[in-house]
Amino acid sequence: MKYTTEFRNSEMAQALLNRIRERSRKKVRLMEFCGGHTVAIFRYGIRQLLPRNIEMISGPGCPVCVTATADIDKAIALAQIKGVIITTFGDMLKVPGSRSTLQKARAAGADVRMVYSTLDALQIARENPAKSVVFLGIGFETTAPTVAASILEAREQGIKNYFVLSQNKLSPPAIQALLLSGAVKLDGLICPGHVSAITGSRAWDFIARDYKIPCVVAGFEPLDILQCVAMLVEQVESGQSQTEIAYRRGVSIDGNRNALDLMAQVYEPAPAKWRGFGEITGSGLKIRKKYSDFDAEMKFEIKTVPAAEPKGCLCGEVLRGVKTPRDCRLFGKVCNPESPVGPCMVSSEGTCSAYFLYGDESGR
Amino acid sequence: MEDKILLAHGSGGKLAHDLIASHFVSALDNEILTRLDDAAVFSASGRLAFTTDSYVVNPIFFPGGNIGRLAVCGTVNDLATSGAKPLYLSLALIIEEGFALKDLRKIIEAIKATADEAGVKIITGDTKVVNRGGADKIFINTAGIGVIPAGVNISGSNAQPGDKIIVTGTIGDHGIAVLSRREGLGFETKLESDVAPLGKMVAAMLKVSRNIHVLRDPTRGGLASTLNEIAGQSKVGIKIEETKIPLKAEVSGACEMLGLDPLYVANEGKMIVIVAPPDAENVLNAIRQNVYGKNAAVIGEVVSVNPGRVIMKTALGSSRIVDMLVGEPLPRIC
Repeated sequence: MKYTTEFRNSEMAQALLNRIRERSRKKVRLMEFCGGHTVAIFRYGIRQLLPRNIEMISGPGCPVCVTATADIDKAIALAQIKGVIITTFGDMLKVPGSRSTLQKARAAGADVRMVYSTLDALQIARENPAKSVVFLGIGFETTAPTVAASILEAREQGIKNYFVLSQNKLSPPAIQALLLSGAVKLDGLICPGHVSAITGSRAWDFIARDYKIPCVVAGFEPLDILQCVAMLVEQVESGQSQTEIAYRRGVSIDGNRNALDLMAQVYEPAPAKWRGFGEITGSGLKIRKKYSDFDAEMKFEIKTVPAAEPKGCLCGEVLRGVKTPRDCRLFGKVCNPESPVGPCMVSSEGTCSAYFLYGDESGR
Repeated sequence: MEDKILLAHGSGGKLAHDLIASHFVSALDNEILTRLDDAAVFSASGRLAFTTDSYVVNPIFFPGGNIGRLAVCGTVNDLATSGAKPLYLSLALIIEEGFALKDLRKIIEAIKATADEAGVKIITGDTKVVNRGGADKIFINTAGIGVIPAGVNISGSNAQPGDKIIVTGTIGDHGIAVLSRREGLGFETKLESDVAPLGKMVAAMLKVSRNIHVLRDPTRGGLASTLNEIAGQSKVGIKIEETKIPLKAEVSGACEMLGLDPLYVANEGKMIVIVAPPDAENVLNAIRQNVYGKNAAVIGEVVSVNPGRVIMKTALGSSRIVDMLVGEPLPRIC
């Protein structure tokens, strides 16, 4: 298939690995921000192919995982309001809130529907004029523009029963929070590919500049990731720190102007709660007053009780990269994809799920 | 007004009788069924295989097939996994009140055509109609009986180290074709389900080899889950190579988009064949001569290390564990 098979070529992978082995001397710790990268790294066994002096750790880039328990509770509470249809991406269904999940709410009679895009949610709103259709806005810069576009379309078409619970988040502030906390020391950052397609690689410049950490944007195929690691190693070994792109077919320096404009039109930056991090300034996207007719927080009175975090779950630490799933006592025992305790085991992009599903032969 | 199924169609009264006579018996005509006794009577000798399965697919019409074709193929293929020649099927339908009669006709036509193709007869059946909301459109159950040829001994616990593992064609076609028509998930694809009866393919394999140890149809849970079941039952390790697994570009593309792994996507017209090494080539050739086996390939082998585990050599040359499917695979969000 075009743009996938050619990026899984074994000979080219070997060539890149040789380049990494020859150049890499220092002990380095690289973090992949994005859950999509985590899955690809595990699925292709990339950790076991890299020399031992390169340590890879997974970051907070799984949108479902970083959604705070209180926000999940909010979605579940919304689902229980009469006349509300919740539309959501599939990953959210099983994420445990304090007491329940959307899936359980659905089993108990709530109308919760899985959609693949906001366009489908809008369609459901058109087909159910007597109901209120709420879309759960989850995700980073990759999904935020499409949610913004759906609000603009709803306004243009006069759809008055469509609402968004905005829980979309911005990625760079999370990395900054992580670095400021000092909890984990990084020698290089594998920057998210899809997010950067929107933001441009420019979004990471401040990390290379202010924190002296090499940043390379990567795609999601194995060769993309190996290419990225090779470029990071090169920067580390030559004592540089700059932003580079190892995913030129998808990402530019400036990003997608249209998408960025859409976001700026509909949203304003706001503080947001992240699982494992607490509140991060300027990391959330609040719907602007001009579009408050479509803001579920404004439309509904959502009643929740204080959130309760699952006992013993290390998702927060795993998301910050300070612990790995194998450090967690629940991992693989009480917590597995069948009955997940924390969100990192639920999402297909969660670190715990990747460890569980794709653990390698040697258990490394 | 369009003709619909009414509660009375399942009542046992005149309407029910007419429905059965006009829609089932005439379409599925054979000498055992037309006697219309409460029990079908037939003779068979030798070792028999017996299986049952219920079909609740959503949507009921999908690219490449419908619930009727699926209900015949699923049971025929389950029989075939024992090496049996499938002979007779029962057919039970649970229909939701208000179901369109023309859809029922289409489903029965598919059942008839597929049964003919597979060389099986529907010899007994039942129809129930439930209140609107009591079932989702139509559910079908079929049970099947087949005869196992002498000297054939096939079981999920018979895999032996050294055996070759063959898959009879591209994986994931059915799951992706069905998913492409789900509400809220619809996407454009020309892909069709692989739903097909494989009894004749299995008979052709058995003609060239009596050293087939395991046959399994990797339906729900996909190739990965089925191989794990075999590894567990036979207490052996299984090694497969990613690059050897037949996969359509459309399936691979849709999986990339939806965040699914094709190894876990359902098939309805594929077999996993585990065979002693000397016979592997002959069996592979026999499969490839069948209309549903053109893309068959050897994808790996049975090993003695890591019993109960399935290990895959990735396209990059690393290896990783391939586990059972856990939970329902959900599309990812970014």
